[in-house]
Amino acid sequence: MYKEICKKYAPTKDNLIQILHEIQDSHPQHYISPDAVDTVAEYLNVPANHIYGVLTFYTMYSTSPRGKNIIRLCESPPCYIKGSENILRKLKVILGVETGGTSKDGLFTLELCACLGVCGNAPVMMINEDVYGDLTEEKVEEIIDKIRGMK
Amino acid sequence: MSLKRIDLLICCGSGCVSAGSLKIKERFHEVLQEKNLANEINIIETGCMGPCDYGPVMVIYPEGTFYKKVSPDDVEEIVNEHFIKGRPVARLMLQDDEENTFNTQREVPFYQKQVKVALANCGYIDPESMDEYIATGGYEALGTVLTTMTPQDTIDVIKKSGLRGRGGGGFPTHIKWQMVHDNKSDEKYVICNGDEGDPGAFMDRSLLEGDPHRILEGMMIAAYAIGASNGFFYIRAEYPLAIKRIKLAIEQAKEAGLMGKNVFGSNFCFDAEVRTGAGAFVCGEEMALIHSIEGSRGNPTPKPPYPAVQGLWGKPTIVNNVETIGNIPTIFLKGADWFASMGTETSKGTKVFALTGDIKNTGLVEVPMGITLRELIFDVGGGMTGGHKFKAVQLGGPSGGCLTVEHLDVAVDYETLKERGAMMGSGGVIVMNDKNCMVNIAKFFMDFCVDESCGKCSPCRIGLKQMLDILERITSGKGKEGDVEELQRLGEAVSKLSLCGLGQSAPNPVLSTIRYFREEYEAHIRDKSCATKVCLDLMHFDIDKDRCIGCSLCARKCPVTCITGSREDKYTIHQLDCVKCGNCQDVCPVKAVSRIPGMHPEVTAKREAEAKIANHHDD
Repeated sequence: MYKEICKKYAPTKDNLIQILHEIQDSHPQHYISPDAVDTVAEYLNVPANHIYGVLTFYTMYSTSPRGKNIIRLCESPPCYIKGSENILRKLKVILGVETGGTSKDGLFTLELCACLGVCGNAPVMMINEDVYGDLTEEKVEEIIDKIRGMK
Repeated sequence: MSLKRIDLLICCGSGCVSAGSLKIKERFHEVLQEKNLANEINIIETGCMGPCDYGPVMVIYPEGTFYKKVSPDDVEEIVNEHFIKGRPVARLMLQDDEENTFNTQREVPFYQKQVKVALANCGYIDPESMDEYIATGGYEALGTVLTTMTPQDTIDVIKKSGLRGRGGGGFPTHIKWQMVHDNKSDEKYVICNGDEGDPGAFMDRSLLEGDPHRILEGMMIAAYAIGASNGFFYIRAEYPLAIKRIKLAIEQAKEAGLMGKNVFGSNFCFDAEVRTGAGAFVCGEEMALIHSIEGSRGNPTPKPPYPAVQGLWGKPTIVNNVETIGNIPTIFLKGADWFASMGTETSKGTKVFALTGDIKNTGLVEVPMGITLRELIFDVGGGMTGGHKFKAVQLGGPSGGCLTVEHLDVAVDYETLKERGAMMGSGGVIVMNDKNCMVNIAKFFMDFCVDESCGKCSPCRIGLKQMLDILERITSGKGKEGDVEELQRLGEAVSKLSLCGLGQSAPNPVLSTIRYFREEYEAHIRDKSCATKVCLDLMHFDIDKDRCIGCSLCARKCPVTCITGSREDKYTIHQLDCVKCGNCQDVCPVKAVSRIPGMHPEVTAKREAEAKIANHHDD
């Protein structure tokens, strides 16, 4: 599987970041396994330690399994001013996890991230590729319930 | 083809999408289908219109009616009343405090002081249609440049326009171009920097999402001027829509022959690719960005050599910000003199600002340089929300500084802001009211920079962490005399010694808040009190027994059961156990619970006792 993703790109080092993105997105647990690293290292002919260096440098990559949906709550000042701390508290309660943790049903991983660039509608979070703005505690509950219902 | 009598422009920028504009669009399609009007009304998905706070927003032409906060339930009424009967729905129009209604977009005060150059098409055309871009004059500038001008002529126009980098540094664009132009090399590159990471800035996102062809055209003009035939868009992975739109624009341009070999019959050949980031703020720094495109960690490297000499894969490269590039086509269409006629002596043209925080009209605005902060915040931004007082404004994100009431009449340009300890940065304007604690805000920005430091050079990696520790100490009531001076000393050292812009500018928020709000720092340190009641260790909750009705709601909501009492005796908070979650204040039906500045005496006594024991052990 990893090999097929690699083959979509030319075997040059500059494609590393794009390949890693695609491998991570295609994995049901949104992470990059040691196997994947080995495959990519072989394909691009770069040492695995270079790939680990890149993996651990960029915050969007994970080397451990995560939930089906990645929640990324913005922790930047514009969101903070508009009350993102309460949203974080609420998310922790309804998901039963701490920051960085995955809910027991494996559906959600809760992460904090730097600015999402939707500051006009702060506080904001992103679930996978969808942005949710003007969050309130009630709205958060609705959104999570809806995704839970979709599984 | 049918003739459509109405154009319905729905803002589908990320802000409005997050507020549900796509659902509204779907609903319009359904309702129009039901009523058999689909042939008469043209639904257009546009980029960001600007006033994110009113989202989802829409404009209906030919009149230009402006609707705000539309919900899917309003759609049927708009169709019935406005489209069928010709009576615009007044309740969805914008009203000001004096209950004046603004019928059309042009009347809305938010737009009145704005001059749109880079944002001209944002919210006005369908970003996924190249034809619409061409209909507004798109690719005309590229055609003129390629067929009538030499690369040097092109650079001279930019020089005359006075355009400076909009990403933060404000470096004159023509100098970068000239340097790469003069360097002889078999290969040169142009990079569009879309790694917008400053908290509170979202103009690059909106431009890429709302008018991608403009950026592509600007990039091609830059490429022609410097002699490059390959370009890269480096865009944050957090902006999936921007990535999709720019990729689509590239495809469309290639198909139409506006990109590729011998564009406009000239010798100019150009190809562009999109590269995404992966969540590293430091990649906005040009050397870090170049390393990231090369497939490595985004660590900055010392300059010189500058990218103009040794950039991507060691070849001469220009890195220009999205907004900078967005200005280029218009400069060629309307002329350098026209562009230079706006702004101040040293800062020409317009600048896009992202207004966020405790301000009424949050969103994206474009105003001539030299506008005063007062005009920007109160006229364009509509002033403060909830009747609160203006306290400070943070300009330039985590690299910038804060300014106060006394600076409201300062002109916004590169030099003036710098003199006062702030900076233009990428144009993020975070407005704060009197409920914000400046020490806490400074700590927040420092926390961001510590997280985002790449760790390569020690002043930034270690120095910023030390500064954060001191700020944490101060906000948790353990501040010591001399902490402020230590912060200043460290801040200056980190500024001077760091390798790249991140470290050099990271101390700015702390230094500027010390400069203008020193008394707040001192109150935190000496009086152990946070006047704004934000720093939890320096405030406490208390129940006013005269007001308390003994309903026990607070006691039941308290997560640590530190509230006890009865209907007769009323309720009391046991301060030593309180975790300051604020639940009691939220649930109290008679507002008997309030926040009081300063530590509770019981807590102070306990801390002192603990400190004594600790000292004893040390002995």
